[in-house]
Amino acid sequence: MSDFAELRLDGVRRRFGGRDALTGLSLTIRRGEFIALLGPSGCGKSTALNCLAGLLPLSEGSIWQDETRLDTVPPERRGFGMVFQNYALFPHLSVRRNVSFGLQMRRLPRDEVRRRTDEAIKLVRLEEHAAKLPGQLSGGQQQRVAIARAIVLEPALVLMDEPLSNLDAKLRLEMRTEIRRLHQSLGLTTVYVTHDQEEALSLADRLVVLRDGRVEQIGTPQELHNRPANRHVADFMGYRNLLPMKVKAVHGATVTVDGAGLTLDGTAVGDVAPGDDVVAGIRPEDLLAGEHGVPVTVEVVEYQGREFAVEARTGEGVALHLRALERPAVGERITVTAAPSRVLVFAS
Amino acid sequence: MSDTALRHRLAERGVDRQLLLLVPGLACVLALFVYPFAYGIGLSFQPASGGVLGAYRAFFTDAYQRDTIATTLGLALPAAILNVAASVPIAYLMRGRFRGKRFLTTILVVPITLGTVLTAEGLLNYLGPTGWFNRALMSIGVIDEPVRLTNNYWGVFFSLVITGFPFAFLLILSYLSGIDPTLERAAATLGAGRWQRFSRITLPLLAPGLATTFCLTFVLAFSVFPSAVLVGDPAGSTRVVSIAAYHAAYEAYDYPLGSAIAVIMGVVELVVVAVVLGLRSLFYTGSTGGKG
Repeated sequence: MSDFAELRLDGVRRRFGGRDALTGLSLTIRRGEFIALLGPSGCGKSTALNCLAGLLPLSEGSIWQDETRLDTVPPERRGFGMVFQNYALFPHLSVRRNVSFGLQMRRLPRDEVRRRTDEAIKLVRLEEHAAKLPGQLSGGQQQRVAIARAIVLEPALVLMDEPLSNLDAKLRLEMRTEIRRLHQSLGLTTVYVTHDQEEALSLADRLVVLRDGRVEQIGTPQELHNRPANRHVADFMGYRNLLPMKVKAVHGATVTVDGAGLTLDGTAVGDVAPGDDVVAGIRPEDLLAGEHGVPVTVEVVEYQGREFAVEARTGEGVALHLRALERPAVGERITVTAAPSRVLVFAS
Repeated sequence: MSDTALRHRLAERGVDRQLLLLVPGLACVLALFVYPFAYGIGLSFQPASGGVLGAYRAFFTDAYQRDTIATTLGLALPAAILNVAASVPIAYLMRGRFRGKRFLTTILVVPITLGTVLTAEGLLNYLGPTGWFNRALMSIGVIDEPVRLTNNYWGVFFSLVITGFPFAFLLILSYLSGIDPTLERAAATLGAGRWQRFSRITLPLLAPGLATTFCLTFVLAFSVFPSAVLVGDPAGSTRVVSIAAYHAAYEAYDYPLGSAIAVIMGVVELVVVAVVLGLRSLFYTGSTGGKG
C-alpha cells in the first residue's frame, strides 16, 4: 500500500448542508512531491485534506492511488499519516506510546515497534522527553511528536493541516525548515494545508490555490508568484495594490489602463479589450519612487527592517502601498512609477 | 504604619474584607449540616445501655440488622454498575450532532423529574401481577402465571435504574463531550478501527469520569428508601439500611441506634467511594483536550 507512483483526485466534491465546501478538485500528486493547499479560511482546503485522509466522505468524484480506488476505503486502511492543527496527541499516553500507537495497531513484532519508535523519536530529537506525557511538553515539542507519530509508519502520503499555526514566529520558521528537511531526507509525499502564502511558497513544489471551494490556480511557487492567474490569486501572492480600472488601449501584450486619475502601462493576463473593466495588480516592492509618475501623499510609514512600508494616497483618494529605502515624512509628496512588465492587468 | 503593612501582608495571602462574604454560607453549613451531623454522631455513642459502643454492638450482633448492609449493597452496586454501563454506549452514540438529539435526550432525562413515588406507582401498574407487562406476556402465551416483578428485589432494582440512569447518562454525556473528537480521528489515521479507537483512546480518557459517575449513582442508590418500601419487600428481601434506621428511630424510638445505623451507612458509602476513587487515580486524569 505504501508505494505508489501517483495519487489522483478526480472531480472531488464535498457538500455541507446543501452548500459546496469543495468542488471540482482534480489534482495528480506525484510520488515525492510536496503539495501545498493554500487559501483563506473557509476556502475548502481542510475539507480537501480530510477527504484525502478519509475522515470525510466525498459527495462526488473519486480518489485513486495508481489503479486502486481509495475514496471508499476507511481512514484506518488508507495508511496515510496526518498531522492535525491542534496536534491531537493522545493525552493519556507518553510520547513514546503516542509514537508507537500506529505501529501497535499494525500488530508489528515488538522488536520492530521498539526500533522504529526509537528512530522516529530520534529523528525529531525528543529522546529525553520520550517518557513524558504530551501535557508536559511545549508547543514546538508537541508538534514534533505529532510529526513523529505520523511518519513512523512510513506512510505513502503525509497530510498536514496548518501544523505551524499554533507556534510563535521564531519556532514557526524553525519547524518550517524541519518539515522540509524531513520531507527531503525521507522522500515523503506531502500534502500541506496553510493560509500563509510565505509558508506555502517556501515549502511546496506545487501550490493549489483555493477560494470558495474552487481551485483558482495550480502551479509551482515561481509560476504563482510571477504570473498569478487572476486577481484573487494575485491578492494572495502579495499584490497588495489591486486597482479597478478600464482598458484604454491594447498593443499586443502591453495594455494601457486608466481610472481614478491614474494611467498605467501593464501586461495583460488573459484576454482584455479596450473598454473592459479590469484590475491592475502591483506589488508594493515594484512601485518605485521616481522623477516621473503619479504624485502621491505619504500617509502611513511602517518600519520593516531593511525598508519602510508606506501607504500613500493619490489626489483622487486611491490608496497605494509601496516600499521605500529611506523613511519618507508623513504628508510628504512623492511621485511613484512601476515598470509595465511588473503591472499585471486581470480581466475582472 | 505597621498596621497598614500587616493588612497588606494578609491581603497577599487572600485575607481581606471580601472573606466576610463567606459568613452567610458558612453559617448555613454549620447550622444545618455540621451541627446536626455532629449531634447525630454524638447521639450514636450515648445508647440507653451497653456503654459508648452499645448501639453499634447492638447493630452488628443482630443478624436481622447487620444483613441490611449486604441487602443494600446487593441493590445499589448492581444498579449503579448497570446505570453506568448502559449510559456509556448510549452517550457514545449520541456524542455527535444529529436530528432529534434534543428530543431523545429529553426522553432519557425525564425520569429525573418524576420522583420516586410516581415511578413506583408506574412500576406497580406496569410490572405488577395484573399490569400490562404480565398480561401481554400471558396473552401471547409466553408465561402461564404472572412473573413477580414488584414488591420484591426486582421492583426496587428497576426503580433505581429508572431514577439513576438519567443522572449517569447526563454526566457521562458531558464527560464524553469533553474529549476532543479529533483524538479518535487521529487514531483512525494511525490504523485504529472503530473498537480500538473506543477502547484505546476514548475509554481510558473517560474512565475517571465513569468512576465519578459510578460514585454519585451508587450513593444515590445506597440511600434508597421510598421505593424500597413502595415497590419492594420492606420486611424481607429489600429491608435496606435506611429502613432499619427509620425503624430504630421512629418506631422503636431508639435514637442512638438510629443514629448509629446512619453513621454506619455513611461509612459504608465512604468505603465504596474511597475504593473507586483509589482505582480512578490509576488512570490519566488530566486534560482531555475537549471543550471541558
